[in-house]
Amino acid sequence: MSEAIEHPELELSSYLDGELDSGARGRLEAHLESCGACSALLAELRGLVTRAQALEDRAPAADLWGGIEARIAAPAVASPLVLHPVARARAMALRFSFSFPQLAAAAMFVALLSGGTVWWMGRSLLQGASSSAGTVPGSSASSGASGTSDASDASTADFEIRQYDRAVADLQRVLDENRSRLDPETVKAVESNLAVIDSAILQARKALMADPANPYLTGHLADQMKRKIRLLQRTSDAVTADFSGSNS
Amino acid sequence: MEHSRPGVSPSQGPEPVQPAAGHAGDVARAANGDAQAYRRVYEAHVGRIHSLARRMIGPDLADEATQDVFVRAWQKLSSFRGESAFGTWLYRLAINLLLSRRAQLAKLRGREVSDDELVALQPDRPRPGDLSLDFETAISGLPEGARQVFVMHDIEGYKHEEIGAMLGVTTGTSKAQLHRARMLLRRVLSKG
Repeated sequence: MSEAIEHPELELSSYLDGELDSGARGRLEAHLESCGACSALLAELRGLVTRAQALEDRAPAADLWGGIEARIAAPAVASPLVLHPVARARAMALRFSFSFPQLAAAAMFVALLSGGTVWWMGRSLLQGASSSAGTVPGSSASSGASGTSDASDASTADFEIRQYDRAVADLQRVLDENRSRLDPETVKAVESNLAVIDSAILQARKALMADPANPYLTGHLADQMKRKIRLLQRTSDAVTADFSGSNS
Repeated sequence: MEHSRPGVSPSQGPEPVQPAAGHAGDVARAANGDAQAYRRVYEAHVGRIHSLARRMIGPDLADEATQDVFVRAWQKLSSFRGESAFGTWLYRLAINLLLSRRAQLAKLRGREVSDDELVALQPDRPRPGDLSLDFETAISGLPEGARQVFVMHDIEGYKHEEIGAMLGVTTGTSKAQLHRARMLLRRVLSKG
C-alpha cells in the first residue's frame, strides 16, 4: 500500500483537516498503519494546529488610541490639536511673539519634496543607514559619491537631505518648546504617530539598502518623510495659530 | 477634542442609531459620534485586531495597521447595521484592509527567501518559558502567502474556499500554502 502513496505529506494536512473523501482517507489510514514516519509527522502537525488554535490575543505594547483619536478628530476643526485649558489661559496672559523663518522653510521644503528630489534622497539615505530613522546624515552622500559621474546631482541630494534634517529639527524644536502648552493627550498622540512614522522610515530604508533601484521603495520612503514633516508642521501650526489668535 | 461623525458627511445625516446598553450601546453611541464610547469599543477589540495584524503583516507594521483599522471602522460605522456581531464586522474589515496591503508589503520586503534559507534564519533554540512568543516569532518568519493562509485557517478558522476567495487564489493553492506553512513551522520549532 505504501508504494501507491509513498509519504503523502500534503494529504496528511488534508486528512488532519477532515478534507479527504472516504476513499482517499481509507488509503491514507492504511498507509499510516505501515509508515511510522508519516504517523509521527501527522502527530507533529496535529500538535502544531492545536497550538495555533490555543494562541491568545495580546494587546499592543503601546496604547494606540492617541493616534486614532487624532485622526478621527473633526475635519471642521482647523487642527486636531488642542491646547490644554490651563495652558490656553496661560498663553492668553503671555505676550507671545514668534518668528516663523524655520517654519516657512520647512513648509517650502515639503512643497519641494517632489519625486525627483526624493529619488536622490533615497539613494543618499542608503549611505547613512546606520543613523536613526528620524534624521538623515548630512554629509554621507557627497563623501560616498566619489568616482561617479553624478557628482553635482549627489551634491544636490546632499543639500536636500540637509534641508530635510534642518526642517525636522526646527519643527521638532517648536514642538519641544511648546510641549507644556499642549494638551498632554495631544502630545501623546503626536509622539505615538511619530514613533510609527519613524519605524516606517527605518523599514523603508532597510528595504532600500537591499534594493536601491526600486522606485516604489523610494516613493514609500519619501511618503513617510513627508508624513513626518507634515505631522510636525501641523503641530507647530496648532501652537502658533493659537498664540497668534491670543495676541490679536 | 471634537470629533467628526463617523462615516457621515454633515449633509447626509442618517437616522441616529439608538443607544443600547453595554458594548452594543457603545457601538451605537460611537456611530453617533461619541469618541469616548468608541474608545471603549477600541479597548474591547484592540487585542484581537492587533494580534491579527501582527500575525498577518508582522510586528513592525502592526501598530500602524491597527490604527488604520480603527480609523477606517470609525469612518464606516454608519454602515454597520447590526446584522452580525460588531466584532465580526470589525474583524472582516481588518482582514480586508490587511490583505489590501499584501502587494505593497511584498515589494517592501523584497525577494522571498527559499524554505531552507528561512529555516536557517530562525533562532536555534526556543527561549525557555516563552513558548507562545516563540511560536508567534516562528509564524512571523513565514513567507507572506504561507503565513496568511496559516493565520486565516489554523488560527482564525476560515475555510480554504473563503481564504481562496479573499486572497484571489485557488482552493488548491490555499491548501498547498497551508501545508508549506505547517512543514516550515515544524522545522523551525524543532531546531536546536
